[in-house]
Amino acid sequence: MKTGIVYTETVVHAPPEQFASDAPYQLAIVSLTTGGRETVRITGDRVKIGDRVEFAEDRNSIPFYRKC
Amino acid sequence: MRSVAVVGIGKTAFGAFPDRDLRSLAVEAGEKCLADAHVSPSKIEAFYLGNFAGPSFVGQNHLAPYIAGAMGINGVPCTRFEAACASSGSAFYHAVASVAAGLNDVVLVSGVEKMTSQTTPKVTEILAGAGDTAGEVRVGATFPALFAMIARRHMYQYGTTREQMAAVAVKNHANGAKNPLAHMRKVITMEQALAGKPIAEPLTVYDCSLISDGAAAVLIAPLERASEFTGKPVRVLGIAQTSDQVALDAKDDITTFRAVQTAAEKAYRMAGVSAQEIQFAELHDCFTIAEIIATEDLGFVKKGEGGPYALEGRTCLRGERPVNASGGLKSKGHPVGATGVGQICDVTMQIRREAGELQLERNSLGLAENLGGSGATAVVTILGAV
Repeated sequence: MKTGIVYTETVVHAPPEQFASDAPYQLAIVSLTTGGRETVRITGDRVKIGDRVEFAEDRNSIPFYRKC
Repeated sequence: MRSVAVVGIGKTAFGAFPDRDLRSLAVEAGEKCLADAHVSPSKIEAFYLGNFAGPSFVGQNHLAPYIAGAMGINGVPCTRFEAACASSGSAFYHAVASVAAGLNDVVLVSGVEKMTSQTTPKVTEILAGAGDTAGEVRVGATFPALFAMIARRHMYQYGTTREQMAAVAVKNHANGAKNPLAHMRKVITMEQALAGKPIAEPLTVYDCSLISDGAAAVLIAPLERASEFTGKPVRVLGIAQTSDQVALDAKDDITTFRAVQTAAEKAYRMAGVSAQEIQFAELHDCFTIAEIIATEDLGFVKKGEGGPYALEGRTCLRGERPVNASGGLKSKGHPVGATGVGQICDVTMQIRREAGELQLERNSLGLAENLGGSGATAVVTILGAV
């Protein structure tokens, strides 16, 4: 199970054309426990900097993480 | 290396111009610049063009000869430079290099973007192409989202506040309201700025620069020939272009633009001046947080002190070091490919004492900082009176 810590985040209200139906949605850069960082989408509860998150699922090959 | 001078400038208004196409904007700025320098198109030895996404915005490629030809410039090298929002800063850097090296003498440098013919979601998507489309963009990042994540981290590490960011917007709108070529000539209050519609939290619409059409041009020549063109040459004292990772998640510390720091160090060294000596600056406020970070990375204040520096009014028109007297990208507008050369025009106007109501008293040493993407390209230029 991939886990990590939220390094930074935002909630997007003005999406690009292809994600128009998803907005508002939360994005986060996660510092992975295994090293490095990844930009991911958040599912479930909103997260803030310092929160622990875990991989939830891939949707259309987009990684979604959730608070743990 | 030869000394290089800006000997002519020309700008269109920035704004939404539904009846103007890309080429007509670029030609207007170029012809104003040639007229300012009293030079005919036949004297131009090379044409450097900054443009981010003409092919995506208006479906036109091969833009440099397309524009040059319409101005009567033929037979010389005409090249387009693309470096996201630093496209024309990059064109200017390379043009200065060619004149400094002695390859060319009389060079026209322009920047242009025509953005408003697309819908805002489409513009958002095209701009996102300056990020990492295999990573951050693929999962849904926009440019406001990337700078929102930068802002969140800066707030977390340094205690930067929403009010400090809003102060940048209030200041730049106050300045831009007095700029006849600005896109949004509207004064805004702190209350309005804080209550703006959210774009990407914590950024509201008032933290974001504008989607604009526009063009800008400068003519450069060796300093020793400047008097052939103008009685008020402005010298390029220092200039540097640098780069960094494109993807935000590949940077160690997103609260700093490393490329801006290194470009500034090089430009200060070349000019033989320190950050504290810079009297005024045009900074790349694509988002309010970007101006705050730029004042830190350029060494105007220590890391983390950019927020208070903005809120205390030290960068306002009558402050100790005015930043974005023109109104900045926030109020003047941000036709991305035109922005870098537009900044050079604005600094030159101050040094030539042609800034009207926005004229600064301490005007002999100015700096322009042009940022591409979320910091993967930076161009820092220091200009001085001769």
